Amino acid sequence: MSAPKNRMDEQTIAMRVAREFEDGMYVNLGGGIPTLACNFVAEGREVIFQTENGGLGYGNIASTEEADWDMFNASFQPVTYAPGMSFFDHDNAFDMIRGGHIDLSVLGAMQVSEQGDLANWAIGNLVDYDGDVVAWIKTGRFPPGIGGAMDLAVGAKKVIVAMIHTTRDGSPKVVKECTYEITACRCVSLIVTDMAVIEVTPAGLVLKEVAPGLTPDDIQAVTEPELIIADDLKEVEL
Amino acid sequence: MDKIVPGAREALADVFDGAVILCGGFGCVGGMPSTLLRALSELPVKNLTLVGNAPALGLEAQKTAARTMQVPDSYADGSLLLKNGQVGKLIASVPAMAIFRLEEPFPIVKALQEGQNIEVELVPQGTLAARMKAARAGIPAFYTRTGTGTYLEKGREVRQFDGQDYLLEHALKADFGIIRAHKGDRHGNLVYRGTSRTFNATIAGAAAVTIAEVDEVVELGALDPEAIVTPGIYVNRVVKR
Repeated sequence: MSAPKNRMDEQTIAMRVAREFEDGMYVNLGGGIPTLACNFVAEGREVIFQTENGGLGYGNIASTEEADWDMFNASFQPVTYAPGMSFFDHDNAFDMIRGGHIDLSVLGAMQVSEQGDLANWAIGNLVDYDGDVVAWIKTGRFPPGIGGAMDLAVGAKKVIVAMIHTTRDGSPKVVKECTYEITACRCVSLIVTDMAVIEVTPAGLVLKEVAPGLTPDDIQAVTEPELIIADDLKEVEL
Repeated sequence: MDKIVPGAREALADVFDGAVILCGGFGCVGGMPSTLLRALSELPVKNLTLVGNAPALGLEAQKTAARTMQVPDSYADGSLLLKNGQVGKLIASVPAMAIFRLEEPFPIVKALQEGQNIEVELVPQGTLAARMKAARAGIPAFYTRTGTGTYLEKGREVRQFDGQDYLLEHALKADFGIIRAHKGDRHGNLVYRGTSRTFNATIAGAAAVTIAEVDEVVELGALDPEAIVTPGIYVNRVVKR
């Protein structure tokens, strides 16, 4: 599906996310759009990517020739070796995550609430299946899988969400309260979408940047909570 | 001391009905103990509890993930056990993967739809690793922030430390751990390759019996003691792939 007019494509969202990478940061990228950001680190900045299947400091996404079954990231993509890289086992990978050693976690999302609650491991709610996980999986509709998201959301020093602003049918994904199963509460501090960059603050959601050609009204129309317009609102900077 | 056994079937000979089995690997092709899983699928054992990060995504998911890469013919995962009706319970962080669109339902979905009675326990990935590590270290239970405020809180002890909520989690006790390493010697010392270390090194020593399949069996002394990842004390049997 091609991106609707005035919406940024996934690579552009990833480029915007990469602007948040500061020199010396340890960063974990979740599956989907976040993974793409590893290719857009600004020149002169050294950023170390952690992958929870046990690697620190991998290079780029590998080409067909470079691909190796023993060099994968957590999104099931082959990656390249890089000087200074290290390998470790899974409990070590999650000591890094749960022990607060990861500076930044970029995650995809199904919903993000006004308070920064994150829902990103299932489309739906267990209540709809009387709390029965097996009944849910049996339907085959987005069978739920938690993966490392719950650990990253509570363990990383900062959590950024990178996602498409609305669902396929145009419903808001930035909502007052998450209706899908929660990953973690009050953990998201920045939301980067194909339409806008929104900061989660104690006062509410602050609209900081809009995609070229869009107005704050366009964003508000597909966002459930009321947005506070930043004084220095600008076009998305890449 | 010689922990080398001649084949995978011999290595798994004492696996019994109802055994709890920790399965190494992340869910990718690399690191999956394929030889042991295939051998297990050929043994007449049932009602197994299969534990792993994503131990049963099946061959189709791997082919989708592989893109231009070729999935080796030797590849096998826990989906063989599901297909055979050998699994009574699956404990995983990723029982099926939403990002892959497959023609057939995922193996766990298919097994349930076919009427198999399988219990499923979803565990966050870090909690899964920590529960295995706790079992290895003799720690019966621990607290973690992961899962607070989610459905996992239901029916569980929540305790505050420094003003923060934590969930009580228990060590994951298991009968067998099946893992994959790159090289091993007769003492059970192991080294791995790249990101295939993953859950394999975490599982070593976490179950009552740890069985490792290796690409290569080497002479004692061939592995650099400074570079050994899993010390032999955690490994009971070593079998060449």
